Amino acid sequence: MSDTHSMVAHQFDDALQQKEASTVGMWVFLVTEIMFFGGLLLAYFIYRTSYPHEFLIASHELNVTIGTINTCVLLTSSLTMALAVHAAQMGNRKGQVILLVVTMILGATFLVVKGFEYAEKFEHHLVPGSSFHFHSEATLQNPGAPEIFFSLYFALTGLHAFHMIIGLGLMTWLLVKAKRGRFSPQYYNPVEVGGLYWHFVDIVWIFLFPLLYLIDRSMLV
Amino acid sequence: MSEHIQEHEHIVSKKLYFGIFTALIVLLFVTVGVAYIPMGHLGIYVAMTIAIVKAVLVILYFMHVRYSSRLIWVVAGAGFVWLIILFGLAAPDYASREWLKVQGYEQLVGR
Repeated sequence: MSDTHSMVAHQFDDALQQKEASTVGMWVFLVTEIMFFGGLLLAYFIYRTSYPHEFLIASHELNVTIGTINTCVLLTSSLTMALAVHAAQMGNRKGQVILLVVTMILGATFLVVKGFEYAEKFEHHLVPGSSFHFHSEATLQNPGAPEIFFSLYFALTGLHAFHMIIGLGLMTWLLVKAKRGRFSPQYYNPVEVGGLYWHFVDIVWIFLFPLLYLIDRSMLV
Repeated sequence: MSEHIQEHEHIVSKKLYFGIFTALIVLLFVTVGVAYIPMGHLGIYVAMTIAIVKAVLVILYFMHVRYSSRLIWVVAGAGFVWLIILFGLAAPDYASREWLKVQGYEQLVGR
């Protein structure tokens, strides 16, 4: 089993321990990410409970069709990422490369769609700040609440999009290594761990989508 | 050497991945559909329950936690225990402010 560099770093007893260590390391990081988003979500829940009517109206400015399509895109990217890890486990170099590329294309698609959504918000004066203007402000009991909703919308989806961009960076690095045949059934830790990060970002969106886009759509606003 | 590693690792079949993916898409459309059914305050509980089911599917199967060691179960679980503590303490705190007429509760409930 000759190799230019050992698959197992010197501090580990064997490859399995090395893999376990890298997986635990990524999970510890993901726990900090859970805390990161958890805090923001708590703020969302507190304000939504305080201003349910205004949050409902503000949420109806978001496009459910676009949000659903984007969620499908992200769920598919998680599938292709899981399949990419599978390809690495099977030693299928071509499969790894193709699936990583598809994952990246889907991730980029999500971001482009998000970009169009943000552009629309700018046009409709829904970006918090001096230019914020909500159409039915005057009729509301809490006229400042829609701006709070949109502050949370941009904070949550913006932070999520930032994580996606970092994810695309990670994928690029994995793609370069995969193309060079770096991964094999004996060593695919980085693909596995990159996958964990990608799935986590998907899970965050799984929660953000219903919370932001689907506040009681049975009510006609 | 490769046999030694394979026997400790469970490789999830592609069929299972596609199955989980189908379940996730179905649950997505259920979430969207349910949002159009009038159910008042119940809506958020239904939506979050479905979201939690989807998240659990991703964690167990896409993230391989189902086939991982107990150490990883503990670390992953710790994140969610933390969330339970965060929401579990904050929610009753805010919910009870109106009942107990805590000073400043009017601003909190937007009146």
